[in-house]
Amino acid sequence: MWAFIHKLGSPKWFYGISAKLQPWFWVAAALLIVTGSLWGLAFAPADYQQGNSFRIIYVHVPAAFLAQSIFIAMAVSGLVFMVWKIKVADMAAAVMAPLGAAMTFVALFSGAVWGVPTWGTWWMWDARLTSMLILLFLYLGVIALRGAFTSRDSASRAASVLAMVGVINIPIIKYSVNWWYTLHQPASFTLTSRPAMPTEMWLPLVMMVLGFYSFFIALTLMRTRSEILRREANKRWVQDLVKDQVEEAR
Amino acid sequence: MHSSLHSSSQQGPSEQGSSHRSDISQQISAVPLREYKGGLLIAVKATLVRDLTLLLRRRGEVLNPLVFFALVITLFPIAISPDPELLAVIAPGLLWVAALLAALLSLDSLFRSDYDDGSLEQLLLAPQPLAALSLAKVAVHWLLTGLPLALMAPILGIMLALPAGSYGVLALSLALGTASLSLIGAIGAALTVGLARGGVLLSLLVLPLYIPVLIFGAGAVQAAILGDGVGAHLAILGALLAASLMLAPWAIAASLRISING
Repeated sequence: MWAFIHKLGSPKWFYGISAKLQPWFWVAAALLIVTGSLWGLAFAPADYQQGNSFRIIYVHVPAAFLAQSIFIAMAVSGLVFMVWKIKVADMAAAVMAPLGAAMTFVALFSGAVWGVPTWGTWWMWDARLTSMLILLFLYLGVIALRGAFTSRDSASRAASVLAMVGVINIPIIKYSVNWWYTLHQPASFTLTSRPAMPTEMWLPLVMMVLGFYSFFIALTLMRTRSEILRREANKRWVQDLVKDQVEEAR
Repeated sequence: MHSSLHSSSQQGPSEQGSSHRSDISQQISAVPLREYKGGLLIAVKATLVRDLTLLLRRRGEVLNPLVFFALVITLFPIAISPDPELLAVIAPGLLWVAALLAALLSLDSLFRSDYDDGSLEQLLLAPQPLAALSLAKVAVHWLLTGLPLALMAPILGIMLALPAGSYGVLALSLALGTASLSLIGAIGAALTVGLARGGVLLSLLVLPLYIPVLIFGAGAVQAAILGDGVGAHLAILGALLAASLMLAPWAIAASLRISING
């Protein structure tokens, strides 16, 4: 177990194993997203209340899932980095942050677009929308803090601490925003009161969620690999690797 | 704006100071450190007394957030409407947001002068846990920022035509809430103290984390105006304070270590 963790901590080993894993996740992501979106957008039955506009769900829900999961993944990576000083964990956390912020933005934007046909407005101070907006600010804070330090080690540790502080606060923020919302605004509409989704609507959604997760893993692996090459550029194994590839190209 | 001016003017001396500081820390590491048994309370008390003395001698720094609070509250009737009925509706939120911003404004100086003159490094070198010592610093910050803001808020409440019967709750919720704000904000202040222009970044880091306190603080005042029970809101504010008292000192200590070593 410990040997495995320490192996995982070696950038060189991670570079090798991620090269083998990466294609599988790309293939899974492509298959799931293409089938899921074709099925969801073209073949799934329209909602009897919302008509075709409900199909935004196939982008909105996976993006919202990822937005929250990526923050947790980032905080866990930060913890691993702080406790065991595993550099790969910090590299992964560094490349995850922009993707997480992008997913939060996609969830917010698709929510706003969805709001026009269903609620008649682009923005509502709905509990879930508000806590998503706060999550976006938390992401931007982590990214900005990492960028503000000149020393990379300090930047990594500061971003890890902030990610951990943020992840403790996310549930607190979520519950307090829910409370605030129920106190201030009576629910004038409900998305949850309609009958449970039929299977033809639900299955493509599951496929899209799994597809988005595969895409996230594949992209994180790919970007962590580039980050490894950048940070380890003066190490012998990276220089040998580059030399080999240059010779192959000739 | 105040913070950026302050830090840019301090840049020259602090660079000199850092080379000087490293000399001193080398000398100190050569001397064997003695462990004082039971010295924690003495160290915490010494930190409290030192910070209180320092801040009371720089009265401007203590007064600035209070003046800022009054000024921001003055802006709202001018910008929105002087109508007392309208102001009474939005007063709880305005008072809470303005107090929160005033507390935020004072955060940047929490560790700044100690960082510049090297006394923060001495706190790190002390055999007592840094978490306890930073808790003492935060306590002083709350005593001279949060508590005065809470005491001043009812006066500004009168000017905003805040309905009678909610003044006590306003002061109490602010006193409880600003303690959590100081603790959470100190994490951000500790993370950004090593950066030359940390002021704007600090607000970006800290404001999202302030939202739960704002919700229940402003909610308590709203509930008092509507005649609902305020116990639940104040209890949750207390719970937030208990949680941040428990967790924030460790995060502050870890962040200070990062800022000093980086």
